[in-house]
Amino acid sequence: MSELRLDGISLSYDRGRAQRGPCVLDNVTLSVGANEFVAVLGQSGSGKTSLLNIAAGFIAPSAGRVTIDGVAQAGPGAGRAVVFQDDALFAWLNARDNVALPLRLRGLDVKERRQRADALLAQVGLEGQGGKAIWTLSGGMRQRVGIARALASEPRFLLMDEPLGALDAMTRERMQELLLRAWRTSRAGALLITHSVEEALFVATRVIVLAPHPGRIVESLDVDFGARFLDGEAARAIKSDPAFIAIRERLIDAIHETELRVAS
Amino acid sequence: MSTLGDRTNPLSLPVAGRSFDWRPWVPTIVGTLTTLVVILFWHLASTNAWVSPVFLPPPAKVFRSFIGLIVNGYVDSTLFQHAGTSLARVFSALFFAALFAIPAGILIATSPVGRGVLDPLIEFLRPLPPLAYLPLVIIWFGIGEPSKVLVIALSMIAPIAISTASGVRSASESQINAARSFGASRFQVLTNVLLPGALPSIITGIRIALGAGWTTLVAAELVAASRGLGYMIQSAAQFLVTDVVIVGILVIAALSIAFETILRLLERVFTPWSRHR
Ligand SMILES: Nc1ncnc2c1ncn2[C@@H]1O[C@H](COP(=O)(O)OP(=O)(O)OP(=O)(O)O)[C@@H](O)[C@H]1O
Ligand SMILES: [Mg+2]
Repeated sequence: MSELRLDGISLSYDRGRAQRGPCVLDNVTLSVGANEFVAVLGQSGSGKTSLLNIAAGFIAPSAGRVTIDGVAQAGPGAGRAVVFQDDALFAWLNARDNVALPLRLRGLDVKERRQRADALLAQVGLEGQGGKAIWTLSGGMRQRVGIARALASEPRFLLMDEPLGALDAMTRERMQELLLRAWRTSRAGALLITHSVEEALFVATRVIVLAPHPGRIVESLDVDFGARFLDGEAARAIKSDPAFIAIRERLIDAIHETELRVAS
Repeated sequence: MSTLGDRTNPLSLPVAGRSFDWRPWVPTIVGTLTTLVVILFWHLASTNAWVSPVFLPPPAKVFRSFIGLIVNGYVDSTLFQHAGTSLARVFSALFFAALFAIPAGILIATSPVGRGVLDPLIEFLRPLPPLAYLPLVIIWFGIGEPSKVLVIALSMIAPIAISTASGVRSASESQINAARSFGASRFQVLTNVLLPGALPSIITGIRIALGAGWTTLVAAELVAASRGLGYMIQSAAQFLVTDVVIVGILVIAALSIAFETILRLLERVFTPWSRHR
């Protein structure tokens, strides 16, 4: 059982000349286990992206440490794949070669790369579209290529920064379902940043609320609506379940409260 | 032929269901007409002696001298030999300039030390007219072929290096982070992300550099050349053989337009994504 742990993470961005900026994250402790799906909610500027960048190893925290199974991590890699809000795909590669890039970097031969990439594309509903140029794909298709590419490295942890943020409501719901299934198949631990309370509740096994200035965890809630979907219940039925709605409203209140506290 | 702008006008939307769309051809048609009108006025101006034929020989005479240059040549070489020599100078200069400037651009964009060392050098070179450093290059390296190639290459370094650097910098942070999270080394990030992303800019840089190269060519052939289009033009000018001068100018123009077109084609074939960003 692998576990990605953020331990007592604090962060303030340097402002040059060794000057410290305001505290962006204050003593955040968080863990993502294999088979866990952690969703992070919080208003804009609460430090969600900063937290994910630290988890991914893109930036170093000012205090605290990132460990995987107790081993401290200094940089990116080590089984953590990232899905970016701007898809971060490579325009000079077609969909298949984008997905196959992690495999190429690992030195797999062309045939195997192709096979695995095509299988992953099929898994995200893009069967037979591997030859398409990136700029001919819609926003939703690009995000799916991005998800397939992250899965290609067979990560132990899947880190996602608002991967569905730019999509319309209908596409977004389909993508949430796709994400849940992909996560289940991959058996990875997932960390998802989102603005949508409904999305967080639907896909996650644990929902965390981050309050801003400085960013800190004010709420942590275990839920299991995603499991119901994976067991065959309809997504809309789950999302209109009174229990779902009650928790959704409670979380919205909690986030709203963090705003009020800032305002006063 | 239009090399100055793309055929597609961003302001006009394509209309479906028309039998034949004239619009893509408008620049070509207008361009051809303009050329014909200019030649007509040129013809009228010299046959009616509005301008002395010594200064402006009629188009027909220039054409005859063009044929004569191909068959008999001028100052001991045929037109093809002159053009071949000039092309060899411009392209060997391009080769050496690219050999230096592409790595330099990469270093400027990726390493603070590289930037510190190379940026001032490029910025120093960039605004200098080639005629200004030509004498110095001759003093240092003599009047042989290397000096000519060097002068042309110097005029090509800045555009290639600057375009390369800006292309390398155009990669988004998340693209670089994506590659790093897949375990790419610094070198793999360079070869898999930064360089492919910079390719459109590098081709643009080479296009600009070729333009600069043609400009510098004539200056480089001012001194101790015995062949080349620039040399041909200058020799003819000394004896007021205006028709040869005009042929030389037109050949240089035609060559540079031809290579510009080829590069645009390469751009379209090898970097089709650059139009869709
Ligand atoms: N590179 C940076 N340099 C300096 N300050 C930064 C940097 N990145 C983020 N910040 C600051 O850190 C704080 C948190 O930013 P962050 O991007 O983590 O928020 P977020 O929760 O992801 O917001 P959003 O929901 O709008 O994406 C903000 O106040 C922001 O101004
Ligand atoms: Mg963010």
